[in-house]
Amino acid sequence: MEFKFTPENLDRIEQETKKYPVRKPAVMFALYLAQAQNGYISFEVMKEIANVLGMTAEEVLGVVTFYTMYHQKPMGKYHIQVCTNVSCMLRGGYEIWNQMKDKFGIDHMEVTGDKKFSLEEVECMGSCGTAPMIAVNEDYYENLTKEKVEELLESLDGSN
Amino acid sequence: MEKILLPDIQDLHLIDVYISNGGYNAAKKAFTQTPDDIIDQVKKSGLRGRGGAAFLCGLKWSFMPKTIDKLKYLCVNGDESEPGSFKDRQIFEFNPHQMIEGTIITCYAIGAKTAYVYIRGEYHKWIKLLQKAIDDAYTNGYLGEKMKETFGTDFTCDIFIHKGAGAYICGEESSLMNSLEGKRGYPRVKPPFPAQNGLWGCPTTINNVETIANVPKIIEKGWEWFTKIGHPKHPGTLLFGVSGHVNKPGVYELPTGTLLTDIIYKHAGGVPNDKKVLCVIPGGTSMPPIRGDKLEGVRMDAESLKEVGSAIGTGGVIVMDEDTDLVKVLARIAHFYHHESCGQCTPCREGTGWLEKILKRIIAGKGSTSDLDLLITVANQIEGNTICALGEAAAWPVKFMVERFRDYFEQRVSKEISLPVANKVHSMRNTAFPLADVKN
Repeated sequence: MEFKFTPENLDRIEQETKKYPVRKPAVMFALYLAQAQNGYISFEVMKEIANVLGMTAEEVLGVVTFYTMYHQKPMGKYHIQVCTNVSCMLRGGYEIWNQMKDKFGIDHMEVTGDKKFSLEEVECMGSCGTAPMIAVNEDYYENLTKEKVEELLESLDGSN
Repeated sequence: MEKILLPDIQDLHLIDVYISNGGYNAAKKAFTQTPDDIIDQVKKSGLRGRGGAAFLCGLKWSFMPKTIDKLKYLCVNGDESEPGSFKDRQIFEFNPHQMIEGTIITCYAIGAKTAYVYIRGEYHKWIKLLQKAIDDAYTNGYLGEKMKETFGTDFTCDIFIHKGAGAYICGEESSLMNSLEGKRGYPRVKPPFPAQNGLWGCPTTINNVETIANVPKIIEKGWEWFTKIGHPKHPGTLLFGVSGHVNKPGVYELPTGTLLTDIIYKHAGGVPNDKKVLCVIPGGTSMPPIRGDKLEGVRMDAESLKEVGSAIGTGGVIVMDEDTDLVKVLARIAHFYHHESCGQCTPCREGTGWLEKILKRIIAGKGSTSDLDLLITVANQIEGNTICALGEAAAWPVKFMVERFRDYFEQRVSKEISLPVANKVHSMRNTAFPLADVKN
């Protein structure tokens, strides 16, 4: 499926390129915008970004696959990231990870049938002092217990 | 104790509050001196990098060439991805202007017109907070063209945020530069060092957020004042991030040389249910762990920790109580470095995978005593054989954890299970090359 940036997004990418002496460094920013616009990074997206920034699509692919925050398939409306690294692990990170897996019946980088939730087991998010934590899309939820997680999921589930 | 980085001032993140508390006066003072004077003062202050290597900051700056035929760049490293480390986000949230002021002074000292603050992608919230602070600094004339008027100088500089996208390795300085250039974040072979050949081939200095945030206070109060705080060879305060099994986890700003036991018991409120400490990692997961029965008298600064066979790293203190399953912890650490290895160097790409596999074998109850030696052998073959320090970061925790907790690990493996590794390799060769004589 063909992908084109909206004029507004194209404008934002132009603004971003002004931060650098060349255009290429804006690729990371452009990928975030494309992911928000398209839902995920398809090869068509990479071709469009390559076109806009004067790169090859393969160079863009190289960037996409290097970082964990660019997704090459659609994720859920609520992308839930659970940290299980040491500091979270010591304070119950795995209990929360297992709770999530049981609740949704999906595993790492899988999406529920209704496309509402997706799960990711992530590496340290920098919330070690407020562990355990999860992030839902861009928002952190810290100092969690199983009950608090349950409450949070209920509130997300009830929303549209 | 006076706090340098996170003082108890309400709403210090607001530019008006920062200014009314003497903010941006250090920058004003700096512009009355020459760049060399600034570098000299920071050198004399003994400020050492807070990103892990504890390299002398002023010395690093002095590597920047004095010629002006090329543009120069400053990168402020806020990638903060080391597990156990969560200090820079406190600066972004509670005292961003001090970091911005530090960036201005550093740019002036090294002759950079542009500074990039590289922040990890997951820190959406803190990126927004810092961007707000930077915008306010522009509006108030502390950045950009208006600086000429505000500071009465010809010097101007710009600060931009570059958002990462989830790669631990981008906290390594050369990897950070590649990432900033819009490439895969592969570390570069050094030399050439960034000061000769950095961003887009131009001289570049990379400093940690916390290091930069110290600079305004050193300029304002003088280097002599700074040298009197904490350990003389590693002066100043550190933002210790205490996590794991403590009653009050969090970030504590304390002088270097503070007793580790004081950090755990006095500041972080001790261990829940008064359990004993089994193990402490003093500076983020890549640093060699210390046994719980050897904590007495350990002081938290680069020099003292070196004496006890560890390192200060990023000051991320992870405390584990006596009921912790150390094998699982180590396997989790090994998984992390395996996941984050960029794959350029074979010893790291393959070795980190083997470390994880062997540890998982031990967790499954199928480990043999020889596995413990094998872990150390593999770790030794990674260490020192890679382009960047991720090799050491992966090797150290495994090597030192197994060495220092040998008794603990012995209980988790069986002498009955024998895995003659060398023979196994030979037997595989025999299958592949049935005629080859590969006995010993």
